[in-house]
Amino acid sequence: MPSSVMPMPSQAGGGSAPAAIAATGLRKSYGDKAVLGGVDLHVPQGTVFALLGPNGAGKTTAVKILSTLITPDAGRVRVAGHDLAGEAHRIRAAIGVTGQFSAVDGLITGEENMLLMADLHHLPRQEGRRTAAELLARFDLTDAAHKPASTYSGGMKRRLDIAMTLVAGPRIIFLDEPTTGLDPRSRHNMWQIIRGLVADGVTVFLTTQYLEEADELADRVAVLNNGRIVAEGTPEQLKRQIPGGHVRLRFTHPDTYRAAADALREVTRDDETLTLQIPSGGSQRELRAVLDRLDSTGVEADELTVHTPDLDDVFFALTGTTDPTAPAQPKETAR
Amino acid sequence: MSSTLSLAVRDSSTMLRRNLLHARRYPSLTLNLLLTPVVMLLLFVYVFGDVMSAGMGGGADRSAYIAYVVPGILMMTVGGTAVGTAVSVANDMTEGIIARFRTMAIHRPSILVGHVAGSVLQCLMSVLLVGAVAVAIGFRSTGATPLEWLAAFGLTALIALALTWIAVGMGLVSPNAEAASNNALPLVVLPLISSAFVPIDSMPGWFRPIAEYQPFTPAIETLRGLLLGTEIGHNGWLAVAWCTGLTVLGYVWSGRTFTKDPK
Repeated sequence: MPSSVMPMPSQAGGGSAPAAIAATGLRKSYGDKAVLGGVDLHVPQGTVFALLGPNGAGKTTAVKILSTLITPDAGRVRVAGHDLAGEAHRIRAAIGVTGQFSAVDGLITGEENMLLMADLHHLPRQEGRRTAAELLARFDLTDAAHKPASTYSGGMKRRLDIAMTLVAGPRIIFLDEPTTGLDPRSRHNMWQIIRGLVADGVTVFLTTQYLEEADELADRVAVLNNGRIVAEGTPEQLKRQIPGGHVRLRFTHPDTYRAAADALREVTRDDETLTLQIPSGGSQRELRAVLDRLDSTGVEADELTVHTPDLDDVFFALTGTTDPTAPAQPKETAR
Repeated sequence: MSSTLSLAVRDSSTMLRRNLLHARRYPSLTLNLLLTPVVMLLLFVYVFGDVMSAGMGGGADRSAYIAYVVPGILMMTVGGTAVGTAVSVANDMTEGIIARFRTMAIHRPSILVGHVAGSVLQCLMSVLLVGAVAVAIGFRSTGATPLEWLAAFGLTALIALALTWIAVGMGLVSPNAEAASNNALPLVVLPLISSAFVPIDSMPGWFRPIAEYQPFTPAIETLRGLLLGTEIGHNGWLAVAWCTGLTVLGYVWSGRTFTKDPK
């Protein structure tokens, strides 16, 4: 869970909390291909929202529309309280965007990139220099500040990208696949950065194809597949929808295996590998019940593993169907 | 809330600084574009000069041909720089930073204005350098007053402005640098088929309209008139009209293209 200092919003989909981002019926097609087929989104202020989906699901298109880069074919969008139709300029003043492909000027140095942002945000010269220096230090780029951005590594470019986004102190930040292509260390680094933003009360809208990432960072997750939201909720809610949790017991001796299989109810047997699978949420009580039962029959498993459902299970259950256009389930109701 | 105009001026000057920074960091394109007209000048004067001047009739010699050819060479300098603009605009549009600019609350046309202002400045510097080479190898004006020199420089700036806006439009509709370079080719070919190197009445009859009805011929004839004292006639107004028309066309075309959703 993110170390958010903001209270978790208890409502879902419209209601009292002011929405930082709200979209209804978002549609976008390129030629015959419908990229977004009617998407509704609601992101309360100060929360992290993850749009999760495979390549080509329409994530980037959604970000491009919400961040005023392209116009939707249909649908209403309000960002920071302003309507996309007619008030795009006001939206732009409130948001920061870090795209999938680094939005830095490779021909000039990191520091020059930062000062360019400061100038475009009309910061006074002194303040601009100070902000640039502070952000470069915060993102560990001070040593590379005078090198052309094109010479930066992937992780450094991404950090410079976010630093540039932060120059004006936006209240809403869009991060389009912020960790795609980064090595594990840089990815964890980026997660720390995103958590830091949230701690400052910034609303973060991020897209990712990594389920782990959405689980780590997001208050709410929407799963996008073929241009439609197929599931939405907190990571916990989504995981609960998938009955994938189980305890797995492995035995080396067939007799012990059979004794255990007889003693336990509701087991899925695998006679080849001598493994038993028992549905379980993985709680201490459920585990103890299994172990007590084994103890009472006097058998001992050679290996015990607990598998809790993760977003991967959710993801494949929702998007790996033979008919991906069918809506998986209605949006969850209030908790 | 600051007025739109001050926002426009401020953002445009920021974008101009960005483009000049690019030009300073990567001068190879600029130098390349500068070298071409200088080589052309030396080639036409020292290698083809005798033949070319003989073709002009009236016992013209090499020094007379220098005078004749310099205004055309200056126009080629402007055309060449404009090709460079098309290439650098096309390159720039593939950069992620442009998408960032589009999502920022800045004066949008400033992105293009920065390119144009930077290119026109570079263009005028190139024209001054090529002009200096021309003077060094013997180009002399024929009794041109300071006002006429100034007018010649002003006309060159107008042409640079017009061709640069057209080049920006060409750069915007080109998917990459190679395509931009091809699309902008007319900007260096048109001076070759104008009155830059030989008088129009020495050309075959069927070709004369092509040479006559294009922007470079009136511009070159006007420059000749200002610097060498030849007859300007209607060419002055024609040149200014071409410049104004092309500037407006390029500005509107570029603006519309840039406002469209990026792919």
